[in-house]
Amino acid sequence: MISVYHYMSVSAILFAMGTYGVLTRRNAIVIFMCIELMLNSVNLTFIALSNHLQSMDGQIFVFFVMTVAAAEAAVGLALMIAFYRNRESIDVDNINLMKL
Amino acid sequence: MENLVQIALQNVNLGAILPSLILTCFGMGLLLINVFLPRGTTRHAVWISLIGLVVTGFFVYTGWGNPQYGFNDAVAMDNYAAFFSIIFLFAAGLTILMSDEYLTREGYPVSEYYPLVLFTTAGAMWMASGTDMMTIFLGLEVLSISLYVLAGFFRGQVRSNEAGLKYFLLGAFSTGFLLYGIALIYGVTGSTKLTEIGIYLNAHGSLLENPMTLAGLVLLSIGFLFKIAAAPFHMWTPDVYEGAPTPITAFMSAGPKAAAFAAFLRIMEYCFFSLKPEWTAMLWVLAVLTMIVGNVIAISQTNIKRMLAYSSIAHAGYAMVGMVAANEIGYSGILFYMLAYTFMNIGAFAVLVLAGKKGEENLTLEGFSGFGFKRPFLGVAMTIFLFSLMGLPPTAGFAGKFYIFAGAIKAGYIWLAVIGVLNSAVSLYYYLRIMVYMYFRDPSEDYAWVTMPVTVMISIVIAIIGVFYLGIIPGEVMELAKLAVF
Repeated sequence: MISVYHYMSVSAILFAMGTYGVLTRRNAIVIFMCIELMLNSVNLTFIALSNHLQSMDGQIFVFFVMTVAAAEAAVGLALMIAFYRNRESIDVDNINLMKL
Repeated sequence: MENLVQIALQNVNLGAILPSLILTCFGMGLLLINVFLPRGTTRHAVWISLIGLVVTGFFVYTGWGNPQYGFNDAVAMDNYAAFFSIIFLFAAGLTILMSDEYLTREGYPVSEYYPLVLFTTAGAMWMASGTDMMTIFLGLEVLSISLYVLAGFFRGQVRSNEAGLKYFLLGAFSTGFLLYGIALIYGVTGSTKLTEIGIYLNAHGSLLENPMTLAGLVLLSIGFLFKIAAAPFHMWTPDVYEGAPTPITAFMSAGPKAAAFAAFLRIMEYCFFSLKPEWTAMLWVLAVLTMIVGNVIAISQTNIKRMLAYSSIAHAGYAMVGMVAANEIGYSGILFYMLAYTFMNIGAFAVLVLAGKKGEENLTLEGFSGFGFKRPFLGVAMTIFLFSLMGLPPTAGFAGKFYIFAGAIKAGYIWLAVIGVLNSAVSLYYYLRIMVYMYFRDPSEDYAWVTMPVTVMISIVIAIIGVFYLGIIPGEVMELAKLAVF
Protein backbone atom coordinates (compact mmCIF):
# COMPACT_ATOMS: atom_id res chain seq x y z
CA MET A 1 0.00 0.00 0.00
CA ILE A 2 1.45 3.33 -1.02
CA SER A 3 0.78 5.87 1.72
CA VAL A 4 1.24 9.61 1.93
CA TYR A 5 4.63 9.00 3.50
CA HIS A 6 5.90 7.43 0.30
CA TYR A 7 4.75 10.40 -1.73
CA MET A 8 6.28 12.81 0.75
CA SER A 9 9.56 10.90 0.67
CA VAL A 10 9.70 10.87 -3.11
CA SER A 11 8.97 14.58 -3.30
CA ALA A 12 11.57 15.34 -0.62
CA ILE A 13 14.15 13.35 -2.58
CA LEU A 14 13.20 15.13 -5.80
CA PHE A 15 13.45 18.49 -4.03
CA ALA A 16 16.89 17.61 -2.70
CA MET A 17 18.02 16.46 -6.13
CA GLY A 18 16.82 19.71 -7.65
CA THR A 19 18.61 21.76 -5.01
CA TYR A 20 21.81 19.78 -5.52
CA GLY A 21 21.56 20.30 -9.25
CA VAL A 22 21.11 24.07 -8.90
CA LEU A 23 24.17 24.27 -6.70
CA THR A 24 26.47 22.09 -8.80
CA ARG A 25 25.50 22.55 -12.46
CA ARG A 26 27.05 25.31 -14.54
CA ASN A 27 24.71 25.50 -17.52
CA ALA A 28 21.92 28.01 -16.96
CA ILE A 29 19.33 25.88 -18.74
CA VAL A 30 20.20 22.81 -16.68
CA ILE A 31 19.97 24.95 -13.54
CA PHE A 32 16.56 26.11 -14.67
CA MET A 33 15.50 22.49 -15.26
CA CYS A 34 16.61 21.68 -11.72
CA ILE A 35 14.50 24.58 -10.43
CA GLU A 36 11.53 23.15 -12.35
CA LEU A 37 12.24 19.80 -10.69
CA MET A 38 12.04 21.53 -7.30
CA LEU A 39 8.73 23.17 -8.22
CA ASN A 40 7.32 19.87 -9.42
CA SER A 41 8.38 18.12 -6.24
CA VAL A 42 6.41 20.81 -4.41
CA ASN A 43 3.44 20.04 -6.65
CA LEU A 44 3.70 16.38 -5.78
CA THR A 45 3.76 17.27 -2.09
CA PHE A 46 0.67 19.43 -2.49
CA ILE A 47 -1.28 16.77 -4.34
CA ALA A 48 -0.33 13.98 -1.93
CA LEU A 49 -1.24 16.12 1.06
CA SER A 50 -4.43 17.29 -0.60
CA ASN A 51 -5.52 13.69 -1.05
CA HIS A 52 -4.43 12.78 2.44
CA LEU A 53 -6.25 15.71 4.06
CA GLN A 54 -9.26 15.43 1.74
CA SER A 55 -9.09 19.15 1.01
CA MET A 56 -9.08 20.84 -2.37
CA ASP A 57 -6.77 23.74 -1.47
CA GLY A 58 -3.62 21.85 -2.30
CA GLN A 59 -4.77 20.88 -5.77
CA ILE A 60 -5.82 24.45 -6.55
CA PHE A 61 -2.43 25.63 -5.37
CA VAL A 62 -0.80 23.23 -7.85
CA PHE A 63 -2.60 24.92 -10.74
CA PHE A 64 -1.24 28.27 -9.62
CA VAL A 65 2.26 26.87 -9.29
CA MET A 66 2.14 25.35 -12.78
CA THR A 67 0.83 28.57 -14.33
CA VAL A 68 3.43 30.67 -12.60
CA ALA A 69 6.19 28.23 -13.56
CA ALA A 70 5.16 28.54 -17.21
CA ALA A 71 5.25 32.35 -17.03
CA GLU A 72 8.59 32.16 -15.30
CA ALA A 73 9.95 29.85 -18.00
CA ALA A 74 8.96 32.32 -20.70
CA VAL A 75 10.75 35.19 -19.01
CA GLY A 76 13.74 33.09 -17.97
CA LEU A 77 14.39 31.64 -21.41
CA ALA A 78 14.10 35.12 -22.92
CA LEU A 79 16.70 36.39 -20.49
CA MET A 80 18.96 33.47 -21.37
CA ILE A 81 18.64 34.22 -25.10
CA ALA A 82 19.54 37.86 -24.47
CA PHE A 83 22.54 36.76 -22.46
CA TYR A 84 23.60 34.23 -25.10
CA ARG A 85 23.46 36.86 -27.83
CA ASN A 86 25.98 39.00 -25.99
CA ARG A 87 28.25 36.36 -24.52
CA GLU A 88 27.73 33.34 -26.83
CA SER A 89 27.48 31.12 -23.80
CA ILE A 90 24.97 30.38 -21.09
CA ASP A 91 27.53 29.02 -18.69
CA VAL A 92 26.96 30.62 -15.30
CA ASP A 93 30.72 30.85 -14.82
CA ASN A 94 30.56 33.56 -17.46
CA ILE A 95 28.21 35.65 -15.32
CA ASN A 96 31.27 37.29 -13.88
CA LEU A 97 31.32 40.92 -14.93
CA MET A 98 30.48 42.13 -11.48
CA LYS A 99 32.57 40.98 -8.58
CA LEU A 100 32.94 41.89 -4.96
CA MET B 1 -26.69 26.27 -11.45
CA GLU B 2 -28.14 29.55 -10.23
CA ASN B 3 -27.24 28.55 -6.69
CA LEU B 4 -23.71 27.66 -7.66
CA VAL B 5 -23.20 31.08 -9.23
CA GLN B 6 -24.66 32.65 -6.13
CA ILE B 7 -22.27 30.76 -3.91
CA ALA B 8 -19.32 31.55 -6.15
CA LEU B 9 -20.06 35.26 -6.27
CA GLN B 10 -21.08 35.63 -2.68
CA ASN B 11 -17.61 35.97 -1.28
CA VAL B 12 -16.15 37.96 -4.12
CA ASN B 13 -15.71 41.51 -3.01
CA LEU B 14 -14.07 43.51 -5.75
CA GLY B 15 -13.69 46.39 -3.32
CA ALA B 16 -10.89 44.45 -1.69
CA ILE B 17 -8.78 44.51 -4.83
CA LEU B 18 -10.12 47.73 -6.32
CA PRO B 19 -6.87 49.74 -6.13
CA SER B 20 -4.69 47.01 -7.62
CA LEU B 21 -7.39 46.25 -10.18
CA ILE B 22 -7.30 49.85 -11.37
CA LEU B 23 -3.52 49.76 -11.51
CA THR B 24 -3.53 46.56 -13.56
CA CYS B 25 -6.13 48.02 -15.93
CA PHE B 26 -3.91 51.05 -16.47
CA GLY B 27 -0.96 48.76 -17.13
CA MET B 28 -2.80 46.61 -19.65
CA GLY B 29 -4.40 49.62 -21.29
CA LEU B 30 -0.97 51.18 -21.65
CA LEU B 31 0.35 47.99 -23.28
CA LEU B 32 -2.46 48.21 -25.82
CA ILE B 33 -1.90 51.90 -26.50
CA ASN B 34 1.79 51.23 -27.05
CA VAL B 35 0.97 48.95 -29.96
CA PHE B 36 -0.61 51.79 -31.92
CA LEU B 37 2.06 54.39 -31.34
CA PRO B 38 5.40 54.59 -33.17
CA ARG B 39 8.36 53.04 -31.41
CA GLY B 40 10.43 55.40 -29.33
CA THR B 41 7.59 57.53 -28.01
CA THR B 42 7.51 57.22 -24.26
CA ARG B 43 6.18 60.52 -22.93
CA HIS B 44 2.56 59.36 -23.03
CA ALA B 45 3.48 56.24 -21.08
CA VAL B 46 5.04 58.31 -18.29
CA TRP B 47 1.93 60.44 -17.87
CA ILE B 48 -0.58 57.62 -18.21
CA SER B 49 1.23 55.49 -15.65
CA LEU B 50 1.54 58.45 -13.29
CA ILE B 51 -2.19 59.10 -13.63
CA GLY B 52 -2.77 55.42 -12.93
CA LEU B 53 -0.68 55.63 -9.77
CA VAL B 54 -2.50 58.76 -8.57
CA VAL B 55 -5.94 57.26 -9.20
CA THR B 56 -4.90 54.09 -7.41
CA GLY B 57 -3.52 56.17 -4.57
CA PHE B 58 -6.84 57.99 -4.31
CA PHE B 59 -8.72 54.71 -3.94
CA VAL B 60 -6.24 53.43 -1.39
CA TYR B 61 -6.63 56.70 0.51
CA THR B 62 -10.44 56.60 0.52
CA GLY B 63 -10.31 52.99 1.68
CA TRP B 64 -8.32 53.92 4.78
CA GLY B 65 -10.11 52.92 7.96
CA ASN B 66 -12.66 50.93 6.00
CA PRO B 67 -11.15 47.45 5.62
CA GLN B 68 -12.48 45.35 2.76
CA TYR B 69 -12.32 41.57 2.82
CA GLY B 70 -12.97 39.49 -0.23
CA PHE B 71 -12.47 36.26 -2.13
CA ASN B 72 -13.31 34.04 0.78
CA ASP B 73 -10.93 35.93 3.05
CA ALA B 74 -8.00 35.49 0.70
CA VAL B 75 -7.60 39.25 0.35
CA ALA B 76 -7.82 41.87 3.08
CA MET B 77 -7.47 45.49 2.06
CA ASP B 78 -7.03 46.74 5.59
CA ASN B 79 -5.05 49.66 6.97
CA TYR B 80 -1.90 47.57 6.95
CA ALA B 81 -2.23 46.84 3.23
CA ALA B 82 -3.23 50.45 2.56
CA PHE B 83 -0.17 51.85 4.30
CA PHE B 84 2.14 49.55 2.37
CA SER B 85 0.29 50.29 -0.87
CA ILE B 86 1.06 53.96 -0.40
CA ILE B 87 4.75 53.08 0.00
CA PHE B 88 4.71 51.05 -3.24
CA LEU B 89 2.89 53.82 -5.10
CA PHE B 90 5.43 56.42 -3.97
CA ALA B 91 8.28 54.10 -4.95
CA ALA B 92 6.77 53.45 -8.39
CA GLY B 93 5.92 57.12 -8.95
CA LEU B 94 9.40 58.40 -8.09
CA THR B 95 10.93 55.64 -10.24
CA ILE B 96 8.77 56.44 -13.25
CA LEU B 97 9.57 60.14 -12.93
CA MET B 98 13.30 59.49 -13.16
CA SER B 99 13.11 56.72 -15.77
CA ASP B 100 12.19 58.57 -18.94
CA GLU B 101 15.35 60.66 -19.04
CA TYR B 102 17.52 57.67 -18.25
CA LEU B 103 15.96 55.31 -20.79
CA THR B 104 16.21 57.89 -23.56
CA ARG B 105 19.81 58.65 -22.71
CA GLU B 106 20.82 55.00 -22.67
CA GLY B 107 19.11 54.36 -25.99
CA TYR B 108 16.18 52.25 -24.83
CA PRO B 109 13.14 54.50 -25.19
CA VAL B 110 10.81 51.53 -24.88
CA SER B 111 7.39 52.24 -23.45
CA GLU B 112 6.78 48.64 -22.31
CA TYR B 113 8.94 49.55 -19.35
CA TYR B 114 6.14 51.50 -17.65
CA PRO B 115 3.43 48.82 -17.65
CA LEU B 116 5.99 46.45 -16.13
CA VAL B 117 6.59 48.90 -13.28
CA LEU B 118 2.81 49.12 -12.77
CA PHE B 119 2.47 45.31 -12.72
CA THR B 120 5.29 45.06 -10.20
CA THR B 121 3.46 47.56 -8.02
CA ALA B 122 0.19 45.65 -8.34
CA GLY B 123 1.99 42.43 -7.37
CA ALA B 124 3.44 44.20 -4.35
CA MET B 125 -0.05 45.34 -3.35
CA TRP B 126 -1.36 41.77 -3.55
CA MET B 127 1.50 40.64 -1.35
CA ALA B 128 0.62 43.26 1.24
CA SER B 129 -3.10 42.52 1.15
CA GLY B 130 -2.93 38.74 0.85
CA THR B 131 -4.28 36.75 3.77
CA ASP B 132 -3.98 33.41 2.03
CA MET B 133 -0.73 31.73 1.01
CA MET B 134 -2.05 31.52 -2.56
CA THR B 135 -2.64 35.27 -2.85
CA ILE B 136 0.73 36.06 -1.35
CA PHE B 137 2.46 33.59 -3.67
CA LEU B 138 0.71 35.00 -6.72
CA GLY B 139 1.54 38.56 -5.72
CA LEU B 140 5.16 37.60 -5.15
CA GLU B 141 5.40 36.00 -8.57
CA VAL B 142 3.70 38.87 -10.41
CA LEU B 143 6.18 41.17 -8.73
CA SER B 144 9.20 38.94 -9.34
CA ILE B 145 8.53 38.06 -12.97
CA SER B 146 8.07 41.72 -13.88
CA LEU B 147 11.23 42.57 -11.99
CA TYR B 148 13.28 39.89 -13.78
CA VAL B 149 12.39 41.57 -17.05
CA LEU B 150 13.09 45.05 -15.70
CA ALA B 151 16.47 44.05 -14.27
CA GLY B 152 17.51 42.67 -17.66
CA PHE B 153 15.79 45.44 -19.55
CA PHE B 154 18.86 46.74 -21.43
CA ARG B 155 19.14 43.64 -23.53
CA GLY B 156 22.15 44.87 -25.48
CA GLN B 157 24.17 45.46 -22.32
CA VAL B 158 25.96 42.48 -20.85
CA ARG B 159 25.75 43.94 -17.35
CA SER B 160 22.00 44.21 -17.49
CA ASN B 161 21.73 40.70 -19.00
CA GLU B 162 23.80 39.30 -16.18
CA ALA B 163 21.74 41.11 -13.57
CA GLY B 164 18.48 39.82 -15.06
CA LEU B 165 19.68 36.25 -15.44
CA LYS B 166 21.22 36.12 -12.00
CA TYR B 167 18.13 37.59 -10.38
CA PHE B 168 15.95 35.17 -12.30
CA LEU B 169 17.91 32.02 -11.41
CA LEU B 170 18.28 32.87 -7.75
CA GLY B 171 14.76 34.27 -7.48
CA ALA B 172 13.22 31.12 -8.94
CA PHE B 173 15.45 29.03 -6.68
CA SER B 174 14.21 30.87 -3.59
CA THR B 175 10.61 30.53 -4.81
CA GLY B 176 11.13 26.77 -4.70
CA PHE B 177 12.04 26.97 -1.02
CA LEU B 178 9.13 29.27 -0.27
CA LEU B 179 6.67 26.90 -1.96
CA TYR B 180 8.02 23.84 -0.22
CA GLY B 181 7.62 25.65 3.07
CA ILE B 182 4.02 26.53 2.21
CA ALA B 183 3.36 22.90 1.20
CA LEU B 184 4.70 21.53 4.48
CA ILE B 185 2.69 24.01 6.54
CA TYR B 186 -0.37 23.11 4.50
CA GLY B 187 0.35 19.48 5.33
CA VAL B 188 0.47 20.19 9.03
CA THR B 189 -2.49 22.51 9.30
CA GLY B 190 -4.67 21.50 6.36
CA SER B 191 -5.19 25.08 5.23
CA THR B 192 -3.54 27.81 3.25
CA LYS B 193 -5.43 30.61 4.99
CA LEU B 194 -3.22 32.56 7.32
CA THR B 195 -5.74 32.88 10.14
CA GLU B 196 -6.70 29.20 10.02
CA ILE B 197 -3.04 28.18 10.08
CA GLY B 198 -2.53 30.43 13.09
CA ILE B 199 -5.55 29.04 14.94
CA TYR B 200 -4.46 25.47 14.27
CA LEU B 201 -0.86 26.01 15.33
CA ASN B 202 -2.00 27.83 18.44
CA ALA B 203 -4.47 25.10 19.41
CA HIS B 204 -2.08 22.19 18.85
CA GLY B 205 0.73 23.19 21.16
CA SER B 206 2.35 19.79 20.92
CA LEU B 207 2.65 20.15 17.16
CA LEU B 208 5.21 22.86 17.72
CA GLU B 209 7.60 20.00 18.22
CA ASN B 210 6.53 18.63 14.87
CA PRO B 211 9.57 18.69 12.55
CA MET B 212 7.27 19.43 9.62
CA THR B 213 6.14 22.73 11.14
CA LEU B 214 9.71 23.63 11.88
CA ALA B 215 10.89 22.73 8.37
CA GLY B 216 7.99 24.63 6.86
CA LEU B 217 8.70 27.73 8.94
CA VAL B 218 12.40 27.67 8.05
CA LEU B 219 11.85 27.10 4.31
CA LEU B 220 9.17 29.81 4.18
CA SER B 221 11.48 32.22 5.98
CA ILE B 222 14.31 31.45 3.54
CA GLY B 223 12.05 32.43 0.66
CA PHE B 224 11.20 35.78 2.21
CA LEU B 225 14.66 36.50 3.62
CA PHE B 226 15.98 36.10 0.12
CA LYS B 227 13.54 38.73 -1.14
CA ILE B 228 14.40 41.21 1.59
CA ALA B 229 18.10 40.51 0.96
CA ALA B 230 18.94 39.49 4.50
CA ALA B 231 22.30 37.88 5.17
CA PRO B 232 23.21 35.09 4.46
CA PHE B 233 20.80 35.20 1.49
CA HIS B 234 22.06 38.54 0.22
CA MET B 235 24.71 37.45 -2.28
CA TRP B 236 22.59 38.28 -5.32
CA THR B 237 21.86 41.84 -4.18
CA PRO B 238 25.07 43.71 -5.04
CA ASP B 239 25.41 42.13 -8.48
CA VAL B 240 21.78 42.59 -9.46
CA TYR B 241 21.62 46.12 -8.08
CA GLU B 242 24.82 47.07 -9.88
CA GLY B 243 23.85 45.61 -13.23
CA ALA B 244 20.19 46.63 -13.39
CA PRO B 245 19.17 50.00 -14.87
CA THR B 246 19.62 52.62 -12.13
CA PRO B 247 15.92 53.56 -11.73
CA ILE B 248 15.08 49.87 -11.40
CA THR B 249 17.77 49.46 -8.76
CA ALA B 250 16.15 52.32 -6.86
CA PHE B 251 12.73 50.72 -7.24
CA MET B 252 13.92 47.23 -6.26
CA SER B 253 15.54 48.48 -3.09
CA ALA B 254 12.36 50.24 -1.95
CA GLY B 255 9.11 48.79 -3.34
CA PRO B 256 9.63 45.04 -3.64
CA LYS B 257 11.67 44.95 -0.45
CA ALA B 258 8.84 46.63 1.44
CA ALA B 259 6.42 44.15 -0.18
CA ALA B 260 8.46 41.20 1.05
CA PHE B 261 8.50 42.74 4.53
CA ALA B 262 4.74 43.26 4.37
CA ALA B 263 3.99 39.64 3.48
CA PHE B 264 6.66 38.20 5.79
CA LEU B 265 5.43 40.24 8.76
CA ARG B 266 1.79 39.34 8.13
CA ILE B 267 2.56 35.64 7.82
CA MET B 268 4.68 35.64 10.96
CA GLU B 269 2.05 37.56 12.92
CA TYR B 270 -1.02 35.68 11.64
CA CYS B 271 0.34 32.13 11.37
CA PHE B 272 3.20 31.81 13.77
CA PHE B 273 2.26 34.07 16.67
CA SER B 274 2.32 31.04 18.94
CA LEU B 275 5.93 30.41 17.89
CA LYS B 276 7.04 33.98 18.50
CA PRO B 277 9.94 33.19 20.88
CA GLU B 278 11.41 30.82 18.29
CA TRP B 279 11.26 33.02 15.24
CA THR B 280 12.29 36.20 17.02
CA ALA B 281 15.40 34.35 18.20
CA MET B 282 16.12 33.28 14.63
CA LEU B 283 15.59 36.81 13.31
CA TRP B 284 17.71 38.29 16.11
CA VAL B 285 20.76 36.46 14.77
CA LEU B 286 19.95 37.24 11.15
CA ALA B 287 19.27 40.93 11.85
CA VAL B 288 22.66 41.33 13.51
CA LEU B 289 24.38 39.41 10.71
CA THR B 290 22.59 41.43 8.03
CA MET B 291 23.49 44.77 9.59
CA ILE B 292 27.14 43.81 10.04
CA VAL B 293 27.58 42.23 6.59
CA GLY B 294 25.90 45.15 4.84
CA ASN B 295 27.80 47.89 6.63
CA VAL B 296 31.22 46.26 6.75
CA ILE B 297 31.33 45.25 3.08
CA ALA B 298 29.95 48.64 2.02
CA ILE B 299 33.07 50.26 3.47
CA SER B 300 35.36 48.73 0.85
CA GLN B 301 33.21 49.63 -2.17
CA THR B 302 34.33 52.23 -4.68
CA ASN B 303 31.29 51.99 -6.94
CA ILE B 304 28.50 54.09 -5.44
CA LYS B 305 25.69 51.95 -6.87
CA ARG B 306 27.26 48.86 -5.34
CA MET B 307 27.84 50.69 -2.08
CA LEU B 308 24.16 51.63 -1.95
CA ALA B 309 23.33 47.97 -2.62
CA TYR B 310 25.26 46.91 0.46
CA SER B 311 23.76 49.80 2.38
CA SER B 312 20.32 48.55 1.37
CA ILE B 313 21.24 45.15 2.88
CA ALA B 314 22.17 46.97 6.10
CA HIS B 315 18.87 48.87 6.06
CA ALA B 316 16.97 45.59 5.71
CA GLY B 317 18.83 44.57 8.86
CA TYR B 318 17.58 47.67 10.71
CA ALA B 319 14.03 46.93 9.64
CA MET B 320 14.42 43.33 10.85
CA VAL B 321 15.22 44.73 14.30
CA GLY B 322 11.63 45.97 14.32
CA MET B 323 10.43 42.44 13.57
CA VAL B 324 12.51 41.02 16.39
CA ALA B 325 11.01 43.57 18.76
CA ALA B 326 7.59 42.18 17.72
CA ASN B 327 5.60 44.88 19.51
CA GLU B 328 3.43 47.70 18.30
CA ILE B 329 6.16 50.30 18.11
CA GLY B 330 8.56 47.90 16.40
CA TYR B 331 6.03 46.89 13.74
CA SER B 332 4.82 50.42 13.10
CA GLY B 333 8.49 51.39 13.06
CA ILE B 334 9.02 49.02 10.13
CA LEU B 335 6.16 50.62 8.22
CA PHE B 336 7.51 54.08 8.96
CA TYR B 337 11.06 53.07 8.10
CA MET B 338 10.07 51.53 4.78
CA LEU B 339 8.33 54.78 3.79
CA ALA B 340 11.33 56.84 4.92
CA TYR B 341 13.72 54.51 3.11
CA THR B 342 11.68 54.83 -0.08
CA PHE B 343 12.19 58.59 -0.10
CA MET B 344 15.83 58.71 0.89
CA ASN B 345 17.09 55.82 -1.21
CA ILE B 346 15.17 56.60 -4.38
CA GLY B 347 16.23 60.23 -3.99
CA ALA B 348 19.89 59.20 -3.80
CA PHE B 349 19.49 57.03 -6.90
CA ALA B 350 17.78 59.90 -8.73
CA VAL B 351 20.91 61.97 -8.18
CA LEU B 352 22.97 59.06 -9.51
CA VAL B 353 20.79 58.97 -12.63
CA LEU B 354 21.63 62.60 -13.34
CA ALA B 355 25.31 62.16 -12.55
CA GLY B 356 25.89 59.87 -15.53
CA LYS B 357 26.09 60.41 -19.25
CA LYS B 358 25.22 58.25 -22.23
CA GLY B 359 26.72 54.80 -22.09
CA GLU B 360 29.04 55.89 -19.34
CA GLU B 361 27.61 55.88 -15.88
CA ASN B 362 29.54 58.02 -13.53
CA LEU B 363 29.30 55.88 -10.44
CA THR B 364 32.77 55.69 -8.94
CA LEU B 365 33.76 57.75 -5.94
CA GLU B 366 36.47 59.43 -8.03
CA GLY B 367 33.84 60.46 -10.53
CA PHE B 368 32.07 62.44 -7.83
CA SER B 369 35.09 64.64 -7.08
CA GLY B 370 33.98 68.24 -6.79
CA PHE B 371 30.43 67.35 -7.80
CA GLY B 372 28.97 69.46 -4.98
CA PHE B 373 30.50 72.67 -6.30
CA LYS B 374 29.86 72.07 -9.96
CA ARG B 375 26.22 71.09 -9.39
CA PRO B 376 25.21 72.78 -6.12
CA PHE B 377 21.56 71.70 -6.12
CA LEU B 378 22.32 68.06 -6.81
CA GLY B 379 25.13 68.17 -4.28
CA VAL B 380 22.83 69.50 -1.56
CA ALA B 381 20.13 66.97 -2.48
CA MET B 382 22.62 64.09 -2.31
CA THR B 383 23.86 65.40 1.05
CA ILE B 384 20.33 65.44 2.43
CA PHE B 385 19.70 61.87 1.28
CA LEU B 386 23.02 60.67 2.65
CA PHE B 387 22.33 62.34 6.01
CA SER B 388 19.00 60.58 6.07
CA LEU B 389 20.58 57.23 5.20
CA MET B 390 23.07 57.76 8.01
CA GLY B 391 20.19 58.47 10.37
CA LEU B 392 21.00 62.02 11.42
CA PRO B 393 18.26 64.36 12.64
CA PRO B 394 16.15 66.10 11.41
CA THR B 395 15.72 63.62 8.56
CA ALA B 396 13.39 60.70 8.00
CA GLY B 397 16.17 58.17 8.54
CA PHE B 398 16.70 59.37 12.10
CA ALA B 399 13.01 59.16 13.02
CA GLY B 400 12.71 55.69 11.47
CA LYS B 401 15.73 54.30 13.27
CA PHE B 402 14.61 55.95 16.48
CA TYR B 403 11.23 54.18 16.41
CA ILE B 404 12.72 50.82 15.48
CA PHE B 405 15.39 50.89 18.16
CA ALA B 406 12.87 52.24 20.68
CA GLY B 407 10.71 49.20 19.89
CA ALA B 408 13.68 46.89 20.43
CA ILE B 409 14.53 48.50 23.79
CA LYS B 410 10.90 48.36 24.89
CA ALA B 411 10.86 44.64 24.10
CA GLY B 412 14.00 44.17 26.17
CA TYR B 413 16.49 43.73 23.35
CA ILE B 414 18.97 46.30 24.65
CA TRP B 415 21.96 44.65 23.02
CA LEU B 416 20.26 44.45 19.68
CA ALA B 417 19.60 48.19 19.80
CA VAL B 418 23.21 48.82 20.82
CA ILE B 419 24.49 46.73 17.90
CA GLY B 420 22.13 48.61 15.60
CA VAL B 421 23.37 52.01 16.74
CA LEU B 422 27.00 50.90 16.45
CA ASN B 423 26.27 49.75 12.92
CA SER B 424 24.82 53.16 12.11
CA ALA B 425 28.08 54.64 13.34
CA VAL B 426 30.02 52.35 10.99
CA SER B 427 27.80 53.43 8.12
CA LEU B 428 28.80 57.08 8.72
CA TYR B 429 32.19 56.24 7.23
CA TYR B 430 31.10 55.20 3.78
CA TYR B 431 28.30 57.73 3.45
CA LEU B 432 30.54 60.58 4.56
CA ARG B 433 33.21 59.44 2.11
CA ILE B 434 30.89 60.26 -0.80
CA MET B 435 30.45 63.75 0.67
CA VAL B 436 34.19 64.16 1.15
CA TYR B 437 34.66 63.45 -2.55
CA MET B 438 31.80 65.80 -3.45
CA TYR B 439 33.01 68.77 -1.43
CA PHE B 440 36.69 68.38 -0.56
CA ARG B 441 38.18 67.20 -3.85
CA ASP B 442 38.87 69.22 -6.93
CA PRO B 443 36.73 68.19 -9.86
CA SER B 444 38.59 65.83 -12.15
CA GLU B 445 36.22 66.55 -14.99
CA ASP B 446 33.79 69.11 -16.16
CA TYR B 447 30.14 68.43 -15.33
CA ALA B 448 28.82 70.63 -18.10
CA TRP B 449 27.06 67.60 -19.59
CA VAL B 450 24.82 67.10 -16.56
CA THR B 451 21.31 68.08 -17.63
CA MET B 452 18.50 68.82 -15.20
CA PRO B 453 15.32 67.45 -16.77
CA VAL B 454 12.09 68.54 -15.11
CA THR B 455 10.73 65.07 -14.35
CA VAL B 456 13.84 63.92 -12.48
CA MET B 457 13.90 67.23 -10.63
CA ILE B 458 10.30 66.69 -9.53
CA SER B 459 11.20 63.26 -8.21
CA ILE B 460 14.20 64.64 -6.29
CA VAL B 461 12.11 67.48 -4.83
CA ILE B 462 9.35 65.09 -3.76
CA ALA B 463 11.95 62.87 -2.13
CA ILE B 464 13.47 65.84 -0.26
CA ILE B 465 10.03 66.95 0.94
CA GLY B 466 9.32 63.39 2.07
CA VAL B 467 12.63 63.12 3.92
CA PHE B 468 12.07 66.38 5.80
CA TYR B 469 8.37 65.87 6.43
CA LEU B 470 8.97 62.46 7.97
CA GLY B 471 11.99 63.78 9.81
CA ILE B 472 10.56 66.96 11.32
CA ILE B 473 6.98 65.90 12.05
CA PRO B 474 7.18 62.10 12.21
CA GLY B 475 4.32 61.90 14.71
CA GLU B 476 1.45 62.12 12.23
CA VAL B 477 2.68 59.35 9.96
CA MET B 478 3.70 57.28 12.96
CA GLU B 479 0.15 57.52 14.32
CA LEU B 480 -1.14 56.24 10.98
CA ALA B 481 1.43 53.43 11.06
CA LYS B 482 0.24 52.51 14.55
CA LEU B 483 -3.33 52.30 13.25
CA ALA B 484 -2.08 50.10 10.43
CA VAL B 485 -0.39 47.35 12.41
CA PHE B 486 -2.25 44.42 13.85
